[in-house]
Amino acid sequence: MTQFINQIINSLNIGSIYALIALGYTMVYGIVRLINFAHGEILMIGAFIGYFLAVTFNMSLIPLLLLSMIGCAIIGMIIDRVAYKPLRKAPRISALITALGMSMLLSNFFRWRFGASDKIMPEINLIGNIPMPNITIITVVITFMCMIGLQYVITRTKTGQAMRAVSEDKGAAQLMGINVDKTISITFAIGSALGAVAGVLYAINYGNLEPYMGTMPGLKAFVAAVLGGIGIIPGAMVGGFAIGIIETFVKGYISSAWANVFVFGILIIVLIVKPTGLFGKNIKEKV
Amino acid sequence: MKKLLTLGLVLIMVVTLFAGCGKEEEASAEIVKIGMLAPTSGDLAVYGQAVFNAGTMAVEEINAAGGINGATVELIHYDNEGDPTKSMTLFSKLVDEDGIVALVGPVISGTSLVVGPLAEEAGIPMLSPTATNPDVTPGLDYVFRACYIDPYQGRVVAKFASENLSAKTAVIFKNVSNDYSIGLADAFESAFAGDMLAIEGYTGEDNDFNAIIAKIADMKPDVIFLPDYFNVVGLIAKQLNEAGVEATLLGGDGWDGIQGDYVEEVEGAFFANHYATTDESEIVQNFITSYEEQFGEVPNALGALAYDATKVMAEAIKEAGSTDGAAIKDALAKTDIDAVCGHITFDDNGDTVKAISIITITNGELELEDKVSE
Repeated sequence: MTQFINQIINSLNIGSIYALIALGYTMVYGIVRLINFAHGEILMIGAFIGYFLAVTFNMSLIPLLLLSMIGCAIIGMIIDRVAYKPLRKAPRISALITALGMSMLLSNFFRWRFGASDKIMPEINLIGNIPMPNITIITVVITFMCMIGLQYVITRTKTGQAMRAVSEDKGAAQLMGINVDKTISITFAIGSALGAVAGVLYAINYGNLEPYMGTMPGLKAFVAAVLGGIGIIPGAMVGGFAIGIIETFVKGYISSAWANVFVFGILIIVLIVKPTGLFGKNIKEKV
Repeated sequence: MKKLLTLGLVLIMVVTLFAGCGKEEEASAEIVKIGMLAPTSGDLAVYGQAVFNAGTMAVEEINAAGGINGATVELIHYDNEGDPTKSMTLFSKLVDEDGIVALVGPVISGTSLVVGPLAEEAGIPMLSPTATNPDVTPGLDYVFRACYIDPYQGRVVAKFASENLSAKTAVIFKNVSNDYSIGLADAFESAFAGDMLAIEGYTGEDNDFNAIIAKIADMKPDVIFLPDYFNVVGLIAKQLNEAGVEATLLGGDGWDGIQGDYVEEVEGAFFANHYATTDESEIVQNFITSYEEQFGEVPNALGALAYDATKVMAEAIKEAGSTDGAAIKDALAKTDIDAVCGHITFDDNGDTVKAISIITITNGELELEDKVSE
């Protein structure tokens, strides 16, 4: 029984991180129909920014998290500007390939710049002199705060309204006077900021960081986004936790070696059985 | 026209043939090139850097003492990042472009397993300082190693756990994507006298061990055997401590390096190693002193083995009296010298069998607990 409870706690912990990353995938897909494979690298960059702030300025978690979010938001917007915007009208496959290239470029750039060796995340305070309580609780609480904040932005603000409008019909939104490019930039910024949160929490949870750390969590979060229904925000949250639970329970009750088989098996099953995901509705393509 | 083309091609071939010859003679007259493949960046950089430093130091000492039969030794090193594919490419580069006569390396078993057959084919004697997987040497005449092998190491740790620690129950965490880890785990399992409660596998990409830790926490094992490299061991140990698991941790020579970032996580643990820095003998202390002078840190066991391996290889080339691969190989097989990590002779496979030092971590320091052999 204790094992079961512990496994639930472990699932919530890793599930929160997957959910945060999945949100980034889903938001970007929802608005520009692009699977941004460089998103896993945003997690890595967020973790590195956090690491350098912790080492250099001995910063505590909350300001460190905010700065890392701002840093990643800017990098996310730059990536969109440089790599994806010129391809907005190109076939979707071109943008997808660019995303893959971007992912490799970023991880290898960090590898070249900072070396492939593991960096050890130092112990940091929560804020000021208050020491860090249990990291699992912090992870889950911060994740839920981010989700509530995101939900608020999307449903209650002008920007959120613009984002929803652009995702529904780009052309019509433009005719209504919405600045589509700006809206897309904001989407990238918010998605990347959430990725930064995931990266910092991941580094603190497991204690180390390296340039390829984003690849695996990125891929698993992508599965989570597809499971929940890509483009649908509540779907990404539920999908993230679902993948966390499945992975942890397979590790705990079957075998660690099978965990990835199950996680990626889900991707295949979802694509065959219900390609629109758990929360997806079938929308007829306009001809 | 066709004739002219053929003539031209033949001419080019002849010219390149002679060009090759000239270069080789020139090279062998003045310098002897020894290749080295070590992961000086990446996860295993702590190992690779120690191997490279110690190898460089050994070469400097050899050259200061007059080189090999008057020729200067040059150590040509490439960073293989611990990656098998890269190691294959870099080995070809060492042989074809640099014209090495012998290889010291690679460092880890995974890369040595792929380079071994290539060395055999190319007729280049290879001496891995540190590859402990049993399959590295058998069937390959040109492949040797300066360390003991995994099954021996795993058995000795299991014996130490049963006899010295009176452990009745054990759990193993093994990295199923790493030959080294599997080899040690299997040997420990077969030699452990008490109850084996669980053997949990994980893969090389795993960072999150909480799920398997929660699974074994209730079993309350006496010892947990962690046959992996120190950076993974550090992560597992950290998560074990956070989960409040109190078992004594055990490991193999892959733990060397744990004194860097993770020493607090493994307080009170034991691991097998090739040498102990607290060993009083003169050869060990001399090595440690000059390494510390040059590189500002105490050498780890991989450094010690690499130092031994480089010296052994140079000695063999000297004995052979030529840079011919077959002659060096024969001289290598007859090696019989005292080295930092114990007396070195090779058996028919090209393996060494030596006493194992069991190291314990007390108050953040590595100390020699015992010297054990089978």
